Amino acid sequence: MSILLSNISKKFGRFSALNNINLEIPEGELVALLGPSGCGKTTLLRIIAGLERPDQGRVLLNGEDKTEQHVSHRGIGFVFQHYALFRHMTVFDNVAFGLRVKPRRERPGEHEIVKKVHALLELVQLDWLHDRYPDQLSGGQRQRIALARALAVEPSVLLLDEPFGALDASVRKDLRQWLRNLHHELNVTSIFVTHDQEEAMEVASRVVVLNQGRIEQQGSPSDIYDHPANAFVSRFIGQTNVFTPEQQDDAWLATFGLQPGKTAHVRPHDIDIEKSSEQDAQAILKDWQHLGALIRVELVKNGSNDRFYAEMPNEHFKRLQLDKGDKVSLRIRQAHWF
Amino acid sequence: MSAIAYPINEAKAVERPQALRDPDWVRWSLTAVAVGFIVLFLCLPLGIVIIEAFSKGWQTYWSALTQPDAQAAMQLTLLTALVTVPLNTVFGVAAAWAITRFEFRGKSLLTTLIDLPFSVSPVISGLIFVLLFGAQGWFGEWLSAHDVKVLFAVPGILLATLFITFPFVARELIPLMQEMGSEEEEAALSLGASGWRTFFWVTLPNIKWALLYGVLLCNARAMGEFGAVSVVSGHIRGLTNTLPLHVEVSYNEYDFVGAFASASILAGLAIVTLILKSALEWRQARR
Repeated sequence: MSILLSNISKKFGRFSALNNINLEIPEGELVALLGPSGCGKTTLLRIIAGLERPDQGRVLLNGEDKTEQHVSHRGIGFVFQHYALFRHMTVFDNVAFGLRVKPRRERPGEHEIVKKVHALLELVQLDWLHDRYPDQLSGGQRQRIALARALAVEPSVLLLDEPFGALDASVRKDLRQWLRNLHHELNVTSIFVTHDQEEAMEVASRVVVLNQGRIEQQGSPSDIYDHPANAFVSRFIGQTNVFTPEQQDDAWLATFGLQPGKTAHVRPHDIDIEKSSEQDAQAILKDWQHLGALIRVELVKNGSNDRFYAEMPNEHFKRLQLDKGDKVSLRIRQAHWF
Repeated sequence: MSAIAYPINEAKAVERPQALRDPDWVRWSLTAVAVGFIVLFLCLPLGIVIIEAFSKGWQTYWSALTQPDAQAAMQLTLLTALVTVPLNTVFGVAAAWAITRFEFRGKSLLTTLIDLPFSVSPVISGLIFVLLFGAQGWFGEWLSAHDVKVLFAVPGILLATLFITFPFVARELIPLMQEMGSEEEEAALSLGASGWRTFFWVTLPNIKWALLYGVLLCNARAMGEFGAVSVVSGHIRGLTNTLPLHVEVSYNEYDFVGAFASASILAGLAIVTLILKSALEWRQARR
């Protein structure tokens, strides 16, 4: 189901959580709402679900205006940040809940419910836990049960609030991939909220970057990474070195190809370094860190303390044969100007 | 009998390091003081109530309890509890729900007002109703014109008890529901459940032990309330005497066996309440 948000605004007291949000999400997409904490992303998700009322603006699902419709009639599946499993019910009863509360005309028979719940539990690979209680499960298991419960009512839109927020790093990695695959399988329009840019880039097919209640940019992950629309997005997505005219002298910037007088954002992997002799050296290698496949090099400008970073593959760094304190020359392959 | 509003079951003795341990004589004397106090002020009076009640034998005890005035007092006490406890259960749940689930102006004032019956002397609570419904009160003329008796009649007793026992259920539920948050309820709603269904299938099972605990305390107070009821009842024997009032009336008339026999019923009720209360606390601690 496609989602259209037009002109959504929401205030909490004097604090303006959302400002004139316009957003269109085509059917079948897996969208990340990405932003720092307090940017309004969870509020936006709750407005789509109907758990929160916008002060102004409309929510259209499949072209139908659902702004005034109660959450229980919207046909959405919502996965809460802390899962919100019913603690006094078994896993099975949790997943069956949505089916059992249907009005009598639509409610499937008990036999059918049993079949469907087991099918869902198999989908999330946890059927063997069906008679446990939520407090006997691990975080990752709870997350998947919460997802199965939301899917039981066959929602036309799936909304997930910080789905991996409360999990260990390793479990998180696994679940990300798993969620992506599941989305492929079910192809239900899904939106998830996250503050982790890596997670958004890895899982989503479209990323919407929010900041202070406004949409800063939206597009595919590579769009957003390669062509950030403004300084905020450039800084928030991935690592960026910021060279401002106030901090750096023009002559120094000009020597390695940056335009003087403008602010430049340079990705660490867009900086090439080379061992250099005394005369044309532009920076000194201060330190370096091993990040697995990549090496991050800490550099400082000659005679200054401002640090900036360059990244390169492991092999490449070995070939350069650099050591701490070495002088290097720089070449910038690409920069974004703001 | 007065109900205890705060459970003290969390107080667990922790193994403390040697350096922080008090000398033996301090520990022993503190324990002795506590035990001595309990014996003197709780066990001794309770023992006396029972000894006095049976001082003239089973027969007298039984006839003191079966005399018409005592029976009427017991019936009125039961009626009071039967009316006020369910009403205050509903009010308490509604108040707890409003305070923990909605944002509105004057919420903190409402939270404070819920405690009012605890902080006001019961006699004052009774007087409020005299001022409202008495012959010289605000509604006095209207009531007498329509021949409705509130004061010195059963409705007055019910109203006073309702007022006094209002806080018990709400006070038990508010902290629990605050701590639980509303995510589970929101989850139920998002799955298509109606408001009622959400309450009965999701909220109620989560709060049931705290609710029972509140109901128990509410019941104990409803049956045991003396001050407020004494002001509004008028002490009409056989008509507006509850059990606690009957104890006082009998005692003042030198009917010691009658007074202590009725008192033993109230004391028994207190003990049953305590046992149930401990059982509920144990259940809650396990959840």
